[in-house]
Amino acid sequence: MIKHETIEKNIGMMVLLIILVISGGGLAEIVPLFFSKSTTKPIEGLRPYTALEMEGRDIYIREGCNTCHSQMIRPFRAETERYGHYSTANEGVWEHPFLWGSKRTGPDLARVGGRYSDDWHRAHLYNPRDVVPESKMPSYPWLFENKLDGKDTSAKLAVFKNFGVPYTDEQIANAGEEVKGKTEIEAVVAYLQSLGKLHSVYNNKR
Amino acid sequence: MSDFWSIWVSVITLGVIGGCAALLWSTRKSEVHKGATEETTGHTFDGIEEYDNPMPGWWLQMFVATIIFGVIYLLAYPGLGNFKGFLGWTQVGQYEEEVAYAEETYRPVFAKYATMSVEELQAQPEGLKMGQRMFANNCSVCHGTTGSGAHGFPNLTDTDWLYGGNADTIKATIAGGRTGAMPPWGAVLGEEGVRDMTNYVLSLSGKTVDADAAARGEQQFQALCTACHGQDAKGVQALGAPNLTDDVWLYGGSFEQISHTIRVGRSGVMPAHKDLLSDDKIHLITSYVYSLSNK
Repeated sequence: MIKHETIEKNIGMMVLLIILVISGGGLAEIVPLFFSKSTTKPIEGLRPYTALEMEGRDIYIREGCNTCHSQMIRPFRAETERYGHYSTANEGVWEHPFLWGSKRTGPDLARVGGRYSDDWHRAHLYNPRDVVPESKMPSYPWLFENKLDGKDTSAKLAVFKNFGVPYTDEQIANAGEEVKGKTEIEAVVAYLQSLGKLHSVYNNKR
Repeated sequence: MSDFWSIWVSVITLGVIGGCAALLWSTRKSEVHKGATEETTGHTFDGIEEYDNPMPGWWLQMFVATIIFGVIYLLAYPGLGNFKGFLGWTQVGQYEEEVAYAEETYRPVFAKYATMSVEELQAQPEGLKMGQRMFANNCSVCHGTTGSGAHGFPNLTDTDWLYGGNADTIKATIAGGRTGAMPPWGAVLGEEGVRDMTNYVLSLSGKTVDADAAARGEQQFQALCTACHGQDAKGVQALGAPNLTDDVWLYGGSFEQISHTIRVGRSGVMPAHKDLLSDDKIHLITSYVYSLSNK
């Protein structure tokens, strides 16, 4: 019979037993998801981001939007009443990394596409208080000045293709030209308007 | 989940629980010391010695309790691969129950107001309050919490309507959305022309302007702008072309702001809500918006 004294005094054995116990959780909860259809097969009609949306997404990450905005509508009525159909795993199979998040200082953005006009997004990102006086979101005026050079856009799309996102060679080749000279705000707004609009399977009527 | 992964999950889950139970069982007590508990482990740290006592009973029992809880939980709820659990609980099932309950509770409330016209609803404070709440959730981000609008987003509390302020038009605007279409005139008019036109447009609402420039602007206005804004510049609601004579400005009424509007055009967008909100909800929001300017 093992005694706790035996375990405590044999550090190698203790390490082994700890690894055994905690890897059990990962092996049972995480590993099967890599092989499950519901998490690896994209939802019907899902389209990948355009080059401009992809650049917008990177700016979204750069500015840390995901630290205050989640992109994960949970299956509670209180959430679906406000945001639309709850999020499902097969909507995010081409997200690398996913931006689901768990902290909401601002509202969830998983289905913000089409909710507001482009003009509203521009006004709101320039200075949120111009349109929402109660807002405490920071202003992002530099997005209106910074221009995209499109140098890395093709490479970004190529990386996503490696991850299994079905970009064509043509899309990858033209990506740089497509975004070159556009302002960052155009990219961010394009990205925001694409959220929840990459497929049309769910009915978001409340 | 395929059978393989179902078995995989079940074996690992039960294996870890069983392993923890076995470990707990085998280490549940240390060397039994007869009588006093003065036996120490032999460790000393700065003169402090460690007793070698078994884990207190209540502590051990808590571990046992968690293991028993875990087993019962896995029998009742889905956790072991494809095994659904005796309670038949699912996350989506719980959500649908919640929605069905709300539907049943609130449907009669909405149904009651759905049969009333927007005008009749003006005498229903509860209905208007529901409309106000939904307005706050869905519309206030652009139009403000009180409906008074912002630069580029119309004020709904005045009687100046771009597309019309009767109940049906408001409802059509909410359901179908609107897209403004003021084209850019900078290239057609040139800088000089834009200046003249701005003078004329400002004169329409009684501003003091350069009369010569305004006269030149008027000629251009008659040729280019009347198709949308009307002969008298009072606007055409069917097109959403604003009245230019009332000194209400969606995009600002300063010389520079009006020039800019003429030069680069405007295309304000009101998003359609028919795919986002049910007809009953749009009906109540319409009633609330209607009430803002029909007190």
